[in-house]
Amino acid sequence: MEVKKPAVAGTLESSDAQVMIEPGDGKIDLSLQSSVMNQYGRQIKATILETLARLEVTSAKLTVVDKGALDCTLKARVECAVFRSCDASDANIPWGGAVR
Amino acid sequence: MKNAVGREIPDFLLTNGKEVYQGKNYMDGKYIQKASPRTRRCEAPQESKIVASLVDALKACGAKSGMTFSFHHHLRDGDFVVNMVMKAAIEELGLDNLTIAASSLGSAHDPIADYIEQGKVVGIQTSGIRGRMGEVVSAGKLPTPAIIRSHGGRPRAIEGGEVHIDISFIAAPTSDCVGNCRGIGGKSDCGSMGYAMTDAKYADHVVVVTDCLVDFPNMPASVEAIDVDAVVVVDSIGNPKKIASAAARISQNPRDLMMAENVAKVIASTPYFKEGFSFQTGVGGPSLAANLFLEQYMDERNIKMGWAIGGICGPMVELLKKGKVGKVIDVQDFDLDAVRSINQTPNHFEMSASQYANPANKGAFVNKLDFVVLAALEIDTGFNVNVLTGSDGVLRGAPGGHPDTAAGSKVCIIVTPLVRGRMATVCEHVVTVTTPGDCVDVLVTDYGIAVNPLRPDLIECLDKAGIPHVSIEELKDKAYSLVGTPDDLQWEDKVVAVLEARDGTILDVVRKIKPYQLDG
Repeated sequence: MEVKKPAVAGTLESSDAQVMIEPGDGKIDLSLQSSVMNQYGRQIKATILETLARLEVTSAKLTVVDKGALDCTLKARVECAVFRSCDASDANIPWGGAVR
Repeated sequence: MKNAVGREIPDFLLTNGKEVYQGKNYMDGKYIQKASPRTRRCEAPQESKIVASLVDALKACGAKSGMTFSFHHHLRDGDFVVNMVMKAAIEELGLDNLTIAASSLGSAHDPIADYIEQGKVVGIQTSGIRGRMGEVVSAGKLPTPAIIRSHGGRPRAIEGGEVHIDISFIAAPTSDCVGNCRGIGGKSDCGSMGYAMTDAKYADHVVVVTDCLVDFPNMPASVEAIDVDAVVVVDSIGNPKKIASAAARISQNPRDLMMAENVAKVIASTPYFKEGFSFQTGVGGPSLAANLFLEQYMDERNIKMGWAIGGICGPMVELLKKGKVGKVIDVQDFDLDAVRSINQTPNHFEMSASQYANPANKGAFVNKLDFVVLAALEIDTGFNVNVLTGSDGVLRGAPGGHPDTAAGSKVCIIVTPLVRGRMATVCEHVVTVTTPGDCVDVLVTDYGIAVNPLRPDLIECLDKAGIPHVSIEELKDKAYSLVGTPDDLQWEDKVVAVLEARDGTILDVVRKIKPYQLDG
């Protein structure tokens, strides 16, 4: 998918993550802050990158502020931000396909 | 050298007879040489000890650079006294090289972080350390490691001369003109002054700081004029709103209540739950709520609690007033109901920290305790508990009375949710061991109960009562299945804090955390 415009998903509540996405310049540019960085930073980054790869996003600038979200929450927030960024969040979301 | 909880203690700390932690009751029967202070004789009758300012009081006590000042934390996060004294000593008198020996420090003391960064404060000895001070100490800004002690370990260290207090500062809600202090009757009431008592007896000099001068004699005094050099009257010693909360409320959170109910069930299944049993609980959500469920079991079996100790709050005072507990003995008060009750409600007494929890005296209250219910930031599969360092390795907590009550009690129950956000409370290895696993008996979480295999007697009690329980490894696996297995923290070699076991041996050290690199 192609990130066409800036979009946001998620909140700054505890156990959530806020994902901001913008069109990129040909690569994934990730800026990550997390309240559990020392213990889970590596896993959070991997989850975000895997989710982008599954959605076939190859060019994007992401800012993620994580407040201790579980992996399922992180995936959902990244997916939602991507779909919003290409105006695809209203209908025909590929449940069970690219969105698992 | 590795200690009994498997922590590597660097050799440079093992000097002057310091040993690594060897297990519970290792020091039993050994002798301790008590220190004695060098104090000034006040033979000629004095009308009053009131001096005009903190600076005058410091001068009167011969304050100089390199000294150790002690403080107590009954004013909790409302305390103004630590900052006020340190400001007078450093900014007005120009002193440096100072050590703060406090019963606890909190975010109210953020300004002290500046003095640490400026190198004016070079030593911190405390139970609690939080906020900016926790951050600067964790960043290794002190020239020597901070020393963290439990509430019982502190009076042991003071009485044994490991901490020599040059000047003790007593934050007194009321005082008379010669320094008889009480925790009630003023505008910044804190109730019990238990943590200040040992300081006043063992410090070379004692300065009372009060915002409410009362007629002589202020009786019964928590800190007595016989130990006091000077009295300073200031506008305010603290913010009453932050000293004691209006009333500790019992949690309505269904998860807390479920855990609390299970705690009560476990207690009621043991043979120690009988007429006259003794009890202490923390003020955290599920710990406090355990009071409620315990009362139901007490009514059902028609038994009364003999006595309760600890940090006291409203719900315990209620039980006392209802006649369901015989005596309440109190080292600190958490809410206004408790503050208003101490020495007022019959059978609500004050005690010193030494009387409460010191392992080196001849019988602290914790040694007679049947049950204690405590919280934890983390607990590992060896039942070791951490209540000091966060999941990022930064100091932000306090052992308090946790290790003392756990060691002294017949049944120590830890109650905590299995995970908090993405943090696994039940884990493989806690960041810092603050209470050793050989003192912890039962873990109650929202996903199940585990009993320490060191206590087959309790396992049998639970089985007989039909209370399901699992191994602590199963709880850890469940936690990791929810949040993922955490990466190990990355430390530098530098030791920023030494964690003393209550008996004075070294239980663990906190090192400086490496700056986190995502791509490292």
